Amino acid sequence: MPDRVTLFINGKPISVPVGSIVAAAVARSYPSCFHHSVHQETRSPLCGMGACFECCVTINGSPHRRSCLTLCEEGMEVLTGA
Amino acid sequence: MPDQRLNFDVLVVGAGPAGIAAACIAAENRRTVAVVDNSPWLGGQIWRGIQTKTRGGTARHWLDRLQNSDVQIFSSATIFASPSANQLLAETPDGVLEFKWKKLVLATGARELFLPFPGWTLPGVMGPGGLHAMAKSGWPVAEKKVVIAGSGPLLLAVADGLKKEGARVSLVAEQANWSEVMRFGLSLLRHPRKLIQGVGIKSRIIGVPYHFGCWPVRANGSSQVESVTLTDGSRSWTVDCDYLACGFHLVPNLELPRLLGCAVSNGYVSVNEFQLTSVPDVFCAGEPTGIGGVDCALIEGQVAGWVAVEAPDYARKLFGLRADWHRFRASLHQAFALRPELRRLATPNTYVCRCEDVRLEDLSNCKSWRDTKLNTRCGMGSCQGRICGAAAEFLFGWKNDSVRPPLFPVRASSLAGKTDALPEITAEPNISSPT
Repeated sequence: MPDRVTLFINGKPISVPVGSIVAAAVARSYPSCFHHSVHQETRSPLCGMGACFECCVTINGSPHRRSCLTLCEEGMEVLTGA
Repeated sequence: MPDQRLNFDVLVVGAGPAGIAAACIAAENRRTVAVVDNSPWLGGQIWRGIQTKTRGGTARHWLDRLQNSDVQIFSSATIFASPSANQLLAETPDGVLEFKWKKLVLATGARELFLPFPGWTLPGVMGPGGLHAMAKSGWPVAEKKVVIAGSGPLLLAVADGLKKEGARVSLVAEQANWSEVMRFGLSLLRHPRKLIQGVGIKSRIIGVPYHFGCWPVRANGSSQVESVTLTDGSRSWTVDCDYLACGFHLVPNLELPRLLGCAVSNGYVSVNEFQLTSVPDVFCAGEPTGIGGVDCALIEGQVAGWVAVEAPDYARKLFGLRADWHRFRASLHQAFALRPELRRLATPNTYVCRCEDVRLEDLSNCKSWRDTKLNTRCGMGSCQGRICGAAAEFLFGWKNDSVRPPLFPVRASSLAGKTDALPEITAEPNISSPT
């Protein structure tokens, strides 16, 4: 078993330890914008446990996924800033 | 139609300490048991990350016991509806699961209470428990300057945990007064294990100033938090930080118990001595019955497990211990009661509802939570009032006591196969019919 996985945040590759959440990979790439609020403010995670939805990103084409509850997988494509 | 139909003697919702304890007892007594949790991990928030790192101790004991049992574990499964009695639907990355059960144990845990103050929506302002939980899953904290603020014994545990991950914790600001917390500290003398944990944590974080009667009034920064302004009620000062970890203790996750019709009183699920709710065959254990911490949750989970396998005499043996932890729970509640000044932190243009960007001033004509949802969209966004509803209850005393499916925003395809009549088939919940 490899101990790291590589995924793509807005097209940019990043390698993280296995067991990392997508939110952690985003925080290491584009820390201050996970998504935009309805007034177009930049937002990033608040609760870290799946309640607030401020960590939502697009994962493999599926919008509005909670990145704090999603583990990084090899080759995953993540888009932020929606 | 669901992608898979599943039937169990005992279904447990929540893989934290209470849920694990109930599931182990039931499985060890030859019942078919499943545990459903919305995260990819076992252990809930408190034991998250323990699997790989820790040996020995209570957490390891229960996690091993669970893994050596025949309990079926459904991770990353979010329960979103209960179309009929004894039926729950869960969304997973692979589709929708339908669960039926003979006995149901609700161990849905708690979340942090967040209160609005200027700047609280800036990136880098997070819950202390949330930051600590994410740090265990790779969120970067090493060498980061962290201010921890809010209330509750969790703040110290988080300071300890973040320091171990390499963060530079500059201070802990506890809103409760020293005298109240000391009285709580003395009450720990009745709970030697908690005292040892507390002393252990305190000694490891020596060097981190612990301020009592101190709370944040403003987070400062342009694109993310750069500093926090704190007050002790008479003077204010500003401290630089990369993260402000701020949460005002915990609130129970009541959405599923409420959806199933469980009676709630004083903000917690009502249970009898056997952890049974007002709904037949539905048990509740751990934080939803009162914020009492991991040891209390373990006892309550075991009581629920024994009663679910129709062995109430074994449950009765735990009543004495449970009563001790309920006394601990009561002193916790008293020591960390929130000060009224916290109701006045938000200014007119501070967002109360982060999902829909609804400001405090937008709520000025609202009289109730229902009124707020109808007129301002506050509470109508993705979090469905999980954050702003709890804040509004503290700020205005508004009760947020109605829920309707879906409990979480789910894919339209997950709703499409449902047999009952939903308010409307949409990926965004609760848009047309607030209550």
